[in-house]
Amino acid sequence: MSKPVIATTSLAGCFGCHMSLLDIDERILELIELVEFNKSPINDIKKLTKPIDIGIIEGGCCNSENVEVLRYFRENCKTLISFGECAIMGGLPALRNGIPVEECIKEAYLDGPTVQLNKDKVLPNDPELPIILDRVYPCHEVVKIDYYLPGCAPRADFIWEAVVALVTNNEMAVPYEVFKFD
Amino acid sequence: MSKLIKFNIDGQECMAEEGRYIVDAAKDNGVYIPTLCNIPGLKPKGSCRMCTVKVNGRLMTSCTTPVSDGMEIENHIEEIENYRKMIVELMFVSGNHFCPSCEKSGSCDLQALAYRYQMMVPRFPYTFSQKDVDGSSPLIIKDQNRCIMCKRCIRAIIDNEGRSFFTFKNRGIKLEVIMDKEMGQRMNEAEAEKAMEICPVGAILKKEKGYDVPIGQRKFDMKPIGSEIEN
Repeated sequence: MSKPVIATTSLAGCFGCHMSLLDIDERILELIELVEFNKSPINDIKKLTKPIDIGIIEGGCCNSENVEVLRYFRENCKTLISFGECAIMGGLPALRNGIPVEECIKEAYLDGPTVQLNKDKVLPNDPELPIILDRVYPCHEVVKIDYYLPGCAPRADFIWEAVVALVTNNEMAVPYEVFKFD
Repeated sequence: MSKLIKFNIDGQECMAEEGRYIVDAAKDNGVYIPTLCNIPGLKPKGSCRMCTVKVNGRLMTSCTTPVSDGMEIENHIEEIENYRKMIVELMFVSGNHFCPSCEKSGSCDLQALAYRYQMMVPRFPYTFSQKDVDGSSPLIIKDQNRCIMCKRCIRAIIDNEGRSFFTFKNRGIKLEVIMDKEMGQRMNEAEAEKAMEICPVGAILKKEKGYDVPIGQRKFDMKPIGSEIEN
């Protein structure tokens, strides 16, 4: 039987969750015995090349590209996991929720105390740039999510328990010390 | 000393002095009933509903209900634990609880209860409601984003003339617990310290204090809330 295929991505996140995934240290050797990695920032594969068994999503949705990637993952992954506080509840990017986008953009590019070089008062206007959403959305408000792994970042041992439980079809152990929101 | 009576919790035989509140009587018998708004030693308020139990088949808040002889109490049953988890989830979505950036994280009662109930994600949608932060006092910050309106500060933080530093504002969905700005100006160190301590979440913070305990050594990092009571 072929190994289960995993893909991961980072939306509106800081890559901290992926760093935490790497914190499983030498168990990564065991992990590649258990699963096959497809698209992921860790191996730099850009596109999914086959149907995925487990998709792992870091970060919430703050722009149109995040939504597109998330939907692309949902369509191609049997199981989808929200990974970390940003994917689960928007996280720190969601601190802007409740503030109108116009105000945020003005603060960032025109009025903020650290804005000094934007003499021509240009706002980002390249058509290639994704559109900023009205607020940051948790992933499960955009597509169906099957499992959640909280933490900022989720502890490496917690991720390990979850992935191993999923691929070996066992119930996941949730040790108290590794189930945290910060 | 008042009369000793017998009652039972989830089939476990317990004894307590008659008239003791269920939550305290349970504690004396090694049974943990989760609370948020309750402060031992102060008159209970029953505002958060976390301590809801079934008494002879009816739902009651255990912080306001005295035990009586022969009482049958259901505590650790699926129905009740689900209500409690739901209350925690409702609090998480109605405020803005960004645990990763909160000074109280690791020592927060609400977060600890979410850990206890393994809240992976609230079943309700987040409201991302707009709330204010009042930093007008020289010693404390009152952050409405994190306030769960348990009223602990209103009851416990009192000046030496018996006046409360905190009070209600508005009603219904607009209800808020606010600091009296004038009194906030003359709050002393001890009162500020106590206010931060009494707040079960991170809604009252002492200025220039925070993140002073390393991760791993905070109140609920290693041991679940209630584990000090449970047998």
